[in-house]
This record gives sequence, structure tokens and C-alpha cells, in this order.
Amino acid sequence: MIRRRRLPIPRAWVSPLAILGIVIAIAWVIVAITAPLWVPYEPNAQGLPRLQEPGVDTLLGTDAVGRDVFSRLMTGASVTIPLALLLVAVSLVLGTVLGAVAGYFGGWIDEVLMRVTDLVMAFPTVILAMVVAASLGPSLFNAVLAAIVVSWPAYARVTRSLVLGLRQQNYVLAGRLLGFSPLRSLLVDILPNIAGPVVVLATLDVGTAILLLSGLSFLGLGAQPPTAEWGSMISSAIQNFDAWWIGAFPGLAILTVVLAFNFIGDSLRDVLDPVSSGERQAAGVATAPTAKSDAAPSGTAAAS
Amino acid sequence: MSALLSIDDLVVEYAGRTTVRAVDGIGLTIEPGEVLALVGESGCGKSSTARAVVGMEKPASGTVDYRGETVPPLGLRRRPQRFTAIQMVFQDPNSSLNPRKRVDAQIADGIAAARLRGAAGSTPQEWLEAVGLDAAMASRFPHQFSGGQRQRIAIARALAARPDLIVADEPISALDASSQAAVAGLMRQLCLDAGAGMLFISHDLSVVRVIADRTAVMYRGRIVESGRSETIWADPVHPYTRALLSAIPHPDGLGRMPAAPAAEAPAEWSASIREALDRV
Amino acid sequence: MSATVLAIDGLRIAFGSTPVVHDVTLDLRAGRVQGLAGESGSGKTVTAMSVLGLLPRTASVSGSIRLGTTELVGLRRKQLNEVRGRRIAMVFQDPSASLHPQLTVGHQLTDHMRRHLRLDRRAAKARAAELLDRVRVPDPEGALHRYPHQFSGGQRQRIAIAVALACDPDVLLADEPTTALDVTVQAGVLHLLRNLAIERDLAVLLVTHDLGVMSAIADDVAVMRHGVVVEAGTREQVFRSPAHEYTRTLLAAMPDGPGTNPEGTDVE
Ligand SMILES: Nc1ncnc2c1ncn2[C@@H]1O[C@H](COP(=O)(O)OP(=O)(O)OP(=O)(O)O)[C@@H](O)[C@H]1O
Ligand SMILES: Nc1ncnc2c1ncn2[C@@H]1O[C@H](COP(=O)(O)OP(=O)(O)OP(=O)(O)O)[C@@H](O)[C@H]1O
Ligand SMILES: [Mg+2]
Ligand SMILES: [Mg+2]
Repeated sequence: MIRRRRLPIPRAWVSPLAILGIVIAIAWVIVAITAPLWVPYEPNAQGLPRLQEPGVDTLLGTDAVGRDVFSRLMTGASVTIPLALLLVAVSLVLGTVLGAVAGYFGGWIDEVLMRVTDLVMAFPTVILAMVVAASLGPSLFNAVLAAIVVSWPAYARVTRSLVLGLRQQNYVLAGRLLGFSPLRSLLVDILPNIAGPVVVLATLDVGTAILLLSGLSFLGLGAQPPTAEWGSMISSAIQNFDAWWIGAFPGLAILTVVLAFNFIGDSLRDVLDPVSSGERQAAGVATAPTAKSDAAPSGTAAAS
Repeated sequence: MSALLSIDDLVVEYAGRTTVRAVDGIGLTIEPGEVLALVGESGCGKSSTARAVVGMEKPASGTVDYRGETVPPLGLRRRPQRFTAIQMVFQDPNSSLNPRKRVDAQIADGIAAARLRGAAGSTPQEWLEAVGLDAAMASRFPHQFSGGQRQRIAIARALAARPDLIVADEPISALDASSQAAVAGLMRQLCLDAGAGMLFISHDLSVVRVIADRTAVMYRGRIVESGRSETIWADPVHPYTRALLSAIPHPDGLGRMPAAPAAEAPAEWSASIREALDRV
Repeated sequence: MSATVLAIDGLRIAFGSTPVVHDVTLDLRAGRVQGLAGESGSGKTVTAMSVLGLLPRTASVSGSIRLGTTELVGLRRKQLNEVRGRRIAMVFQDPSASLHPQLTVGHQLTDHMRRHLRLDRRAAKARAAELLDRVRVPDPEGALHRYPHQFSGGQRQRIAIAVALACDPDVLLADEPTTALDVTVQAGVLHLLRNLAIERDLAVLLVTHDLGVMSAIADDVAVMRHGVVVEAGTREQVFRSPAHEYTRTLLAAMPDGPGTNPEGTDVE
């Protein structure tokens, strides 16, 4: 008999910000899926008067070649958001698997992996992503690849240190004494207990991913014209500084998505740490420990 | 016929800025059906000995043999099946259960290990009841139990694996007196019935006296007194053993505090006294 | 009779629809040790945790817990944080819960002393080493640089006691503080608690299932069963003439010691 695990959260507890975040995120996802069905104009059609101010016909105005900004913004959601989610998912899986293996088995695997992540993390993220994207050639696909290259190490490091912390826990050892193979031990005893912090990290990272992808597109290294992508829309706005609406609305769109995922991530962090270990430590002493090592983005997963 | 467990000249060290020698050359044997208690001061190396016995700590020197075979360290390989008959109950009941797994599933892991070795099966509910818990609690998570209840669940999991060598590190210290008696009795009975041996670690001599056939008193990594439990209890020879016995507080309601220990441990506690060993 | 510092009145705690504590009333007085005994699972830990608002969100707490004039039940998190550690400190049944695994013992002890007692680094360090010495952690200076996992179970428990005492609280909630300790070290900890009660007017709630410990140090004793206080009174009353059947069974279940305690010293 398998029963699904219910998260024991009283409904009243979920914070207003989290609800706001979820609503915004869901709204954008719906837009991304359905936009082609209801936007007033073909996003790449150039038939409208150029640089028209926001008004009744064109809700958010038109750009320098006479395309409807509103239609482009809405269809742009279906480019940016799925790619950002994909990017985060791939980095998450790649980083978690490599980090878990390194942390659990140690030895030379760990050595090699940690040196690689050191190398990647030694450079500023955006610059490195630019270099990689430029050397692969400008295209949206390459921009995503470049973004993955720079984002997986963060997951690998966090996972590794969480695994290192749990590897010597008594319940993990008890499983090994019962004859669990290392793989089973990792899958059954360790991963479920580090999933919380890693998922929180990923949620907070969606915002970063969107900024990174738009940033690359803005620099001309990502989405190529005429694709309606938020970053490249902002970049095309630069040539028409007076027409503020061309850049401002995509900018706002990015802002709302980034904030939404940050709200969700923050409250997820609280929810997943039910008996807040920080508070217990605070009761032993006066306040929660100030110095948090990079290992524990949210309390200690093991504390029950 | 070799003993179930024989420890010879075991040394356990922890590397660090200064190397800590937690266990300093001890020897012990356990025969099938026998309960050996290891008692001693906090920090004297009891848990370190236990960890070395099950292979969690690699001995710096000396040997740990289970049925005449060296116990392999818990490494990157799966533990050979015959060694899953060595089970441990950990000192800290809170970290010995997986927080994200229901307790029946955790006890079932123990049962599965027993089945794989060809031993008799059982159900998690039976074990919960055996340690004095309500079988209806089976589908709860560990954090929904009290400290003593968790400790009993950890015991249930170890026993469910039908071990023939149990290393129990302070298994009942968090229980009240009546549960202590019941659980200690259960553990002892299972040992006797199955011909299993038990290394029972405790700091509480009054518990040890009822459960253990033999007792070894450890002080600063060494065994200072050993032999039949009754003998040691009735007539302790070593000064440290005497100090241990006299500091036990009694529930007489008189508000007598046990004597405060001196700032420096008396030198005589470290003395090695030949007559105190292997007493019958 | 000394002043009541912490008054628990009609406390009820339930997890979902399952009540685990019904109507518990306890008074902690300055300079006195209130013992709380009872069988495993009777609600001792839950009661102590509720004082500091540390129960999981699934718990619903009602009744009243007053620290001086401050009502703690339903207090905002921010105000609770002011109380935690500074005015009321807790030693958890599970010592690792009050220690951060990735910070050195010295760091955990000094960080808060520096902030709350406004000590400089030197003084905080000296006080930390002194506290560790008082709870009998060997080599206190060296211990400051080590991490919690490098200590034995009993040593961790003593460190947790030192951490709780670091900021000089008014109330100490000690949940089974001596379970992992052998009797000689336990005697040291009991003396420490007793002295703090006398010198600093510390009010102590001592949760323990060890009636021997209870008899040695508690001034007042309450016995819980199935979430109810079945017996409460002074130590002499409870041990000498227990009124409730359950207390009598508890006392009878104690494995008896080797005669009386010749070296025992009377505290009164
Ligand atoms: N990982 C470690 N690194 C360094 N020193 C350690 C480590 N683990 C234990 N020690 C030290 O080794 C000694 C023995 O520890 P051990 O855990 O075996 O004691 P114990 O007898 O089980 O005590 P207790 O009754 O308090 O649990 C202690 O002094 C402890 O500080
Ligand atoms: N999070 C929870 N959800 C549901 N029930 C809980 C939860 N925490 C504790 N309980 C239940 O509440 C009761 C009281 O628990 P508590 O921890 O206070 O016991 P205790 O008196 O401290 O026992 P012990 O001596 O074993 O530590 C127990 O029956 C326990 O199963
Ligand atoms: Mg130990
Ligand atoms: Mg408890």
C-alpha cells in the first residue's frame, strides 16, 4: 500500500508573497502556451505604422520596423520561459548527479570534479557565458548550452557538500549495515534528504536563468532576429531611445518572472524546513547562527 | 570452534591536529548466546569500539574477527550478505532513522535483510508491538515520535534483521525505567533464543547488572575491570569501578546529591590492576 | 517562597486532531529545580518545546505560558527570538539539535556571547573555555577548535549544556540533560545545575526519566502520563508518599541500587 506523502502545511501559513509568485508564474505559463491563439497581430509581421505609442490599436505600441510590441511580448513568453526552465532542469540534473557521485564516492572522481567546478566558478558567470556562447556561434540553442555550462557547477557543489554531510549520518550507515548497495543508499537514504535545499536553489535560479538568457540575447549572442525574445527586444530598443515602450515592457516582463520565482523559492525554503533547525540552535543560544556555510542553503536537511 | 566475536588488541585513532587515541589496545570475546556489557566514563571509547566492531571505523591496529573472519570496513562496495547478521543500534536515536521515510518502511528494510539471508520473515507491526509501540503508528515519520519512541524503532529495525551479533550503543538510555526493563528483557531474550551475541554499551551499571552475563569496565581507552557482572557489582576491585557504583543516585526522595567528582580524576583510576581482569 | 519566573497554565497541545498534552500546569521558580518525569511518549518534550514555540507547524497550542508578564503562547517570532537563548535556554533531548554541524564549538559558544553579553573576542573565548571546563569537557581550549562530530555522545551533550548556559539565561529547560552521561560526569553536571540555581537564581525545568537523578536534585516533582500531570508536589511528598498509582509503579520499577549511597552529600 503506497500512500502519497502530504506536506503538513496548514493552508493559512503559505505567505501572501508566495501566492503572488505562484499566480504570476502560472499566468505567464498560460500566456506562453496560448499566446499564439489570441495575440492581435502576427508577432513578426511588419505591417503596422512604426514607433507608434501605446494606444488603443496597439496596446503597447509598435517598434522601429512596425511590429506590435504586445504581440511580441506575449509570444516571447513562449521562447524565454520554457528555455529558462529547461536550462535550470538540465543544470539541476547534471549538477546533482555529478555532485552526489563526487560527494559519496570521494577519491579522484571528487578531485577532478571539484577542480572543474573551481575553474568554471572562478570566472564571472556572465562573462564566461558570453565567451562560451560567442565561441559556439550566436544562436538561441548555443546560448542555452553556454548557460548550462556556467550554471551546473553551483548545483554540483551544493549537492556535494550536502551529501558529504549526510554520508556519515547514522541512518545512512544503518542502511549500509543492512546490505544496501552504495547506489541504493544514495537514492533512498541521501537524495530525498537533500532534495529540499536543491529544489529551493533551482527555483531561485529560474530568475537568474531568465536574466542570463535575455542578457545573452541582448548582446546578440542568443535569440536572433526576428525571434520575439525579451532580451533581444530590449536590445533592439536601444536604437530608439525615445520610444521607451519598446524596451520597458520586456524589461518589466523579465522583472515579474524573476520576482515570482524568487518569492516561490523563498517560501519553499521555509516550508521544506519544517522544524527549523536554525530556531533550535537559536534556543540553545540567542539567535540563529550568523555564519552559514555554502553547504546549507536552508538549515540542515537531516534535522527532522 | 572460534568465538562469535573476538577483538584483539584493538586500537582506534582519530587523525587531526593531534591524533586522538580513543581505544588503546583492548581485547574482548563474545560467545553465542552471551551478553557482554561495556561500561565506562563518557568519552572513554565505548562508541569507538562499537564502530570498529561493525566496520564503520578502521582499526589503527589490532583485529576484529566475526566467526573467525575479519570484519570488512564499510567501503564503497555492498556489504557481503553474511555480515548483515551484524547489526548496530546507534547511540543517537535521532540521527539513526531516515527522516523522510515512514518507520514501517525502515523496519521493513531490516526484515528484508533477514529474508535475504534465509532467516524467518516478520512484519513491521509485530516489531513495533514487541518494543511497546502502537502498531497503528507504523505509517508515521520519525519526527512524529518522542525520543524514547524513536530509540525503540531503531532497536526494532536492528532486531528485525535477525542479527546474530548485536552491537547496541546505549540502546535504552532514553527510556523510562519500566520501558527499559521491557526492552532490555526483549533484547536479551532474543539473544538467548537465537543463540546470538550482544555487545551492550551503557554507562548505567544498574541496567547492566540485569542484562549482561559479563561486564567490561572501560576507562580512558583501556579495560580496567572485567568479568562476571554479578561479581563486579557485588565486589568491585578497581577504584574506578567503585567510583562508578557509588555515584549512582537513588530514588529515595532525600535530595542527596552524589558526591561531586574531584577536579582532577584520581591517578589511581588509570591504574592497571591484574586481579580486576577476567573475574569469575 | 521564591518568585515564579515561568508559569505554564492549562497548556494543551494537539497534533492535528490527536491531543498529546491536556491541561498541564507548572510553575518554575527562581532558584528552584522543577523535575518532570513520566513514561516515554507522555508529552514531556512537547511541553518543554512549546515554551519556546519550537513545535512543528502541525501542532496547535492553547493555554497560557507566561514569562514574567509576557505571554509566550502566540507570541510573534521576532519577539520569541528575543526570549530564546537570552532569557530562556533549552538543552534538547537530542544534543545534536542544538549544535550546528559545520561550525566549531568555539564559534557557536562565542558568537552569541559577543553579541548579547557584549564581550570582546578574548573575553568571550575565556568564558567559553571556562564553561566547557565546568561541564567537564576535557581539554576545553582545544575543544573550542573542534567540530561537534568529533566528540563522543556524552561530550556533545555537555557542550549543548554549555551553549545553553552561555548567555546567562533566567530559565533553563533541560530535556534529559544527563541521559548520555556516566554517573561520575552526571554528578558533576547535577552540581553545576544546583550551583547555578543557588548563585544565579536560575529556574530549571529538568525533564528526566531517571528517578535517581530526580530525587537527587529536584525541589519539586511533577509526573506525567498520557499528556496529563498525574502527580505534583515537593520531592519528599512525591517520593515518600506518592498519591497516584502510576507514581508508585514507576518507583517500584527502579532497579534498586547497592544499598544506600554512603558518599552522598545532602544539599540542604
Ligand atoms: N571523529 C572524531 N575525531 C576526533 N576525536 C574523536 C572523534 N570521535 C570521537 N573522538 C574522541 O574519542 C574519544 C572516545 O569517543 P567515543 O565516542 O568512543 O566515547 P564514548 O565512550 O562512546 O563516550 P559517550 O559515553 O560519551 O558516548 C572521545 O574523547 C572523543 O572526543
Ligand atoms: N510531530 C508530531 N506529530 C505527531 N505526534 C507527535 C509529534 N511529536 C510528538 N508526538 C507524540 O506526542 C507524544 C508526546 O511526545 P514527547 O516527545 O513529548 O514525549 P516524551 O514524554 O518526551 O517521551 P520520551 O521520554 O520518549 O522522550 C508522543 O506520543 C509522540 O508520539
Ligand atoms: Mg558513545
Ligand atoms: Mg522526550
